Amino acid sequence: MAKTHVTMKVNGAEVEGLVEPRTLLVHFIRENLQMTGAHIGCDTTHCGACTVDLNGMSVKSCTVLAVQAEGAEISTIEGMANADGTLSALQEGFRMMHGLQCGFCTPGMIVRAHRLLQENTSPTEEEIRFGIAGNLCRCTGYQNIVRAIQYAAAKINGVEFQEAAE
Amino acid sequence: MIPGQFQYYRPATTAEAIGLMAKLGDDARPLAGGHSLIPMMKLRLATPEHLIDLHGIDSLKGIRREGDRIVIGAMTTQHDLLASDEIAKMLPILHETSLLIADPQVRYMGTIGGNVANGDPGNDMPALMMTLGATYHLEGQGGIRQVPAAEFYQGAYFTALEPGEILTAIAVPAPAANHGYAYEKLKRKIGDYATAAAAVVLTMSGGKVATCSIGLTNLSETALLADEAAKAVVGTSLDDASLKRAAAAAEAIMSPAGDGRGPPEYRKYVGGIMVIRALQRAAARAK
Repeated sequence: MAKTHVTMKVNGAEVEGLVEPRTLLVHFIRENLQMTGAHIGCDTTHCGACTVDLNGMSVKSCTVLAVQAEGAEISTIEGMANADGTLSALQEGFRMMHGLQCGFCTPGMIVRAHRLLQENTSPTEEEIRFGIAGNLCRCTGYQNIVRAIQYAAAKINGVEFQEAAE
Repeated sequence: MIPGQFQYYRPATTAEAIGLMAKLGDDARPLAGGHSLIPMMKLRLATPEHLIDLHGIDSLKGIRREGDRIVIGAMTTQHDLLASDEIAKMLPILHETSLLIADPQVRYMGTIGGNVANGDPGNDMPALMMTLGATYHLEGQGGIRQVPAAEFYQGAYFTALEPGEILTAIAVPAPAANHGYAYEKLKRKIGDYATAAAAVVLTMSGGKVATCSIGLTNLSETALLADEAAKAVVGTSLDDASLKRAAAAAEAIMSPAGDGRGPPEYRKYVGGIMVIRALQRAAARAK
């Protein structure tokens, strides 16, 4: 099958490659670009571990073809840190609030939460839970992931993070 | 899992897409959001030789008012529907239902056209469109056909779409300003298809139901319109006896499959409960 030339911008850098039309975006990112932060968990559009940001949308890159991302702007977990290499508010939140245990879901969680906070700078706990409903975590029970996102929202908004009373 | 091999096309206009469909024949499939089709291709349950991606066709996107109808382009995503003030105001049941479809990532990609055209009895939009009296625009080389949603579904994954046709838009008559609405969906978890779901659009007059329409999701091979159930409540104040009659009339037309969501008897029983809850919630919202 003839290969197609694709170009896209990933984490701010122009990239290109030759792919078969059937190549999934997650495979292009992991194998062609050697960025293995986006994980393949379920491979069936359920778990969200492969979430990347595509033209301002959180998408499951196991269910998007690389050819569909022609010309797109993509962000992955590799592009989430601040420009100076320090942790972003979300990454810091996941660290400080112990928002991960095994860490497999974390890239997808952070990339998804990044878009959520772009669309809603001060989400309620319920809005956070609804907003990350497409990302499964089998370790944490989500409590600390929600806290991590609350921490990041507070930091971005320049207010002190206060945990809700239990 | 990787799909089988196919040729990929990204037409820029509807005419170009229809031309490709005609030329490539049965081995071609249009690609909308892809969140039903690509998983099926990964499982090799779908093996199209030609994939015609509709994302490059700007005219298939967007929501516009045409007289007393709201016309929604087929490639409008669930996320677009949720972001639309016009939908929230004119068709709030569409907003409510969109929130119950899949998860945020899927809603960014999933389109209303793909949802209704796929013919999957588990999809939520078909029953809703039947309840709202919507009409689908089907475009092929012969021109545009307008087919009512209520006449579109023939069986699981079998629809009125003829070979070479693409569903390009959905026209929904604006419900009365004072209407009440509800979409009640029982599901095992976020992202799941309905165990049973019911859509209700009604108007009230003097404390009694004046008009009513009821649709059912995932309770048969296709979405269903529960006409007898709707008739059972018109003229009533939705007292317990009327609600029970409506649930029984709805259950009478259900024939759900038994699967991981429960045996048929259970799904019919909760289907009746979804009808009752949707009726009550819709009535409470009617002005």
